[in-house]
Amino acid sequence: MESKKTGKMYTLKDFLLGMKNGIIDQNPTFVQVLGLCPTLATTTSVINAVGMGLATTAVLMFSNLFISLLRKIIPKQVRIAAYIVIISAFVTAVEMLMKAYFPELYESLGVFIALIVVNCIILARAEAFASKNKPLPSLVDGISIGLGFTLALSLLGAVREILGAGSLFGISLFGENFMPAQLFIMPAGAFLTLGFLIASVNGFKMKAAERKLKAEKQIEQGEVALNSQTQTSVGLSGGKISVNSDAGLAENKKIPGNAKAAPSPAGSDVEKKEE
Amino acid sequence: MNAENQSLMALSPSPHVKHKNTTQSIMRDVLIALSGAFVWSIVVFGYMAAVLTVLSVALCVFYEFAYQKLMRKPVTVSDLSAAVTGVLIAFNVPVDIAPWVLIFGCFFAIIIVKQLFGGIGKNIVNPAIAARIFMFVCWPSEMSRFFKPDAVTSSTPLASMKSGALPDYPMLDMFLGLIPGCIGEVSSLLLIIGGIYLLVRRVITPQIPIAFILTVAVFYLALSPVGTPLQSLGYGVFGGGLILGAIFMATDYTTSPVTPVGRIIFGVGCGLITVAIRFLGAYPEGVSFAIMIMNLLVYYIDKFTMPRVFGMGKQKNS
Repeated sequence: MESKKTGKMYTLKDFLLGMKNGIIDQNPTFVQVLGLCPTLATTTSVINAVGMGLATTAVLMFSNLFISLLRKIIPKQVRIAAYIVIISAFVTAVEMLMKAYFPELYESLGVFIALIVVNCIILARAEAFASKNKPLPSLVDGISIGLGFTLALSLLGAVREILGAGSLFGISLFGENFMPAQLFIMPAGAFLTLGFLIASVNGFKMKAAERKLKAEKQIEQGEVALNSQTQTSVGLSGGKISVNSDAGLAENKKIPGNAKAAPSPAGSDVEKKEE
Repeated sequence: MNAENQSLMALSPSPHVKHKNTTQSIMRDVLIALSGAFVWSIVVFGYMAAVLTVLSVALCVFYEFAYQKLMRKPVTVSDLSAAVTGVLIAFNVPVDIAPWVLIFGCFFAIIIVKQLFGGIGKNIVNPAIAARIFMFVCWPSEMSRFFKPDAVTSSTPLASMKSGALPDYPMLDMFLGLIPGCIGEVSSLLLIIGGIYLLVRRVITPQIPIAFILTVAVFYLALSPVGTPLQSLGYGVFGGGLILGAIFMATDYTTSPVTPVGRIIFGVGCGLITVAIRFLGAYPEGVSFAIMIMNLLVYYIDKFTMPRVFGMGKQKNS
């Protein structure tokens, strides 16, 4: 959802669309599969994951905003270098702030905070969105992509921390005798968990799309079935009744008493089912 | 058209030659071949070996049944493949393992490795091997408490070799299986008899096991990490899971190459990785990792060794 170039005011609807875009439709981890290095490396616990996600969100927000503000000044030939300078300025700021206020988190994330500079999500949004859009949509895009990233990281971190360490937010869940599956806090566990999370997200999406398609089809065919009631006995020939299976189903639902004898609509004489 | 006419008139594409082998009969043969080692495991490790094996088989069959019921797929537990996986998982754990570990191991094998990839014939790695590695990486302490047959905690021959010491088991014990180890891997003699049965029944072909075992043997003879070359050969080949892995796990149809040359490449590859892990790696045993890594390369081996189509001349490599 690129922002509209009609010069209209930025409405609440645009804001909501922008948020949905980053968190669901174009989720950087589950859909675009970008920025895998921090995703796999820092999600050994939920706290680390949330910290990493929010740090990236902060950088993404400001870098998107400033790149968008400067998009007409930056020459095309050196834009990547200019973006990186802007991004690293904010990463340095975030790093210093974290060191001052969250020293423990800073310690446990280590080098991965500095590595936000080369996180390809940030450069991707700068190149694909901020450099082409106005400041406000760019800011919203940064927030939504960042929150989508944070959400994905927290989910991954939660699964890995529960299975691999038996705790959540550092609080032990199952007592002393629990033996956690150490695989899940190892790198191999990160790959496994991420793969299955992406698979299940795709699975849910496919299911939802299927249901939507089915519902639309049913509405369409319900109309066809209703029409066909008026044009009886067009498709009858030689005692054999050909019924378009999908339409037949819809008809069965619509006209329960008349199901067997329901003739095929005039337009669909494809035989799918013999009775 | 009624059903009778249809079956008379139906033309199906080749192959038309039918054989009485079914998945069930092949899996039954594998179970028969494993039964010797099973009986031996009870003799050596006591009734717990039987309890764990039965538990593991029951879990695998249950998971397969439950998944297929839940997903409304045809239930295929009667083809015995889940039972074979169950036996192999139990054969790959030490007898002192906490039984709950098997609950997760069998889940990983059947649900995640086998069913989520599409069921029998579609898994990319051997489920039993994957389960062994899963359990080994998740709960290493549970998977490495070994007992000597007389119930004294001791290290396996491979573990002693890793630390540079000569294992103090007579070579005959090594071969017969009076050594600490996983439930089903200790008796090389009975496993080899089972392997010969499978060869005679033409369930497996000899290329993979022979290439695998020979590769490992050559390295032990040449490098001889402890004692004389012959000693290290004996301890290296009969001391760990090599015989069980080479005969029963590396030869799984789904996860091994189809061409004879491909099978030799597969076997040699397994051997090389096993030797690399045993000699250079941190773990004393590397058979399961070797088989899993080669499982993942099967697609490429098959592609590389695809035979020329008869009468088509030499094809250019594209």
